[in-house]
Amino acid sequence: MWRVGTVVALHDETATARTMTLEVPDWPGHLAGQHVDVRLTASDGYSAVRSYSIASAPNSEGRVEVTVERLPNGEVSPYLTQEVAVGDRLGLRGPVGGWFVWRTQQTEPIQLIAGGSGVVPLMAMIRSRVSAGSTAPFRLLYSVREPGAVFYRDELHALSAHDHSVGVSYAYTRTAPKDWPRPPGRIDATLIATGAWPSNLGPTSYVCGPTSFVENATDLLIAAGHGRKNIRTERFGATGERK
Amino acid sequence: MSSDNYDYLDGNAAAGELSNLFAMDVTAAEGQCAHCGEKRRFAEAHLFMRGPGIVARCAVCENVLLRLVNVRERMFLDMRGMTFLSLDTSQLQKSS
Repeated sequence: MWRVGTVVALHDETATARTMTLEVPDWPGHLAGQHVDVRLTASDGYSAVRSYSIASAPNSEGRVEVTVERLPNGEVSPYLTQEVAVGDRLGLRGPVGGWFVWRTQQTEPIQLIAGGSGVVPLMAMIRSRVSAGSTAPFRLLYSVREPGAVFYRDELHALSAHDHSVGVSYAYTRTAPKDWPRPPGRIDATLIATGAWPSNLGPTSYVCGPTSFVENATDLLIAAGHGRKNIRTERFGATGERK
Repeated sequence: MSSDNYDYLDGNAAAGELSNLFAMDVTAAEGQCAHCGEKRRFAEAHLFMRGPGIVARCAVCENVLLRLVNVRERMFLDMRGMTFLSLDTSQLQKSS
């Protein structure tokens, strides 16, 4: 079933990524981690559908935020990140997906591992934790190309500064800030050992990113003693456009 | 490393398309592979979306679990790769 969402706000996260806030009057509500399908229809009737993770916490106001990364050869993402204006209407289907979700009743430690724009559904989980007043201990390990590519930087900084039960650590893969202790590189066993919950605390892990990133992070978690049943993954393809 | 072939997604990614067909979320359902007997959530299957439709394969043995193809006004669904799907019916009360 397709609904109509109206764009009510736009915010640039980075030079190539933009957050759209949509108002959807009959939105049935969502869970942190779910996604929404967005449909664009051209004047000649041609339509394209892409799936995007929801960035906003569950709310009763019918507001849905998605953060879209612009892909050089994308068919939809250049439009959503450059052309869309406040007041535009988009077709939405969802929320969809009931597995890669964090529910506010969960009390176990939560390990979030993001590769690039894979941080979006994990941010919804962090925001959901805040809005629900949950005290579940959260850690986010965020792998990102360079400091300028970090989404939600100020919000993450404020959260981890004020609430010690939300820990955020970064792994820079191409360019690290000056004096950063770790040379640029992929997430490795050392980073998992220092930046992730140990397996004996029984954490649930959520890993989201490009397929190769998810493979690597999942293998590292399993090697560190985490059970496969406690790791939930969401991969997106080489194009990043999930359909 | 389990695979050099990184062109698949998770079963999660089929949630929108499957919501056209089913009243309940199939991606959170547990299904059994008809080939190797592994029981996992459909969301954990490997999903290939580059062809004309969707193909979901068992994450363990790569057996085809589900095929879904849209041709013009017709949708084709083949689920013989799964012996069963077990769904949580409590979600029916929550969604109207």
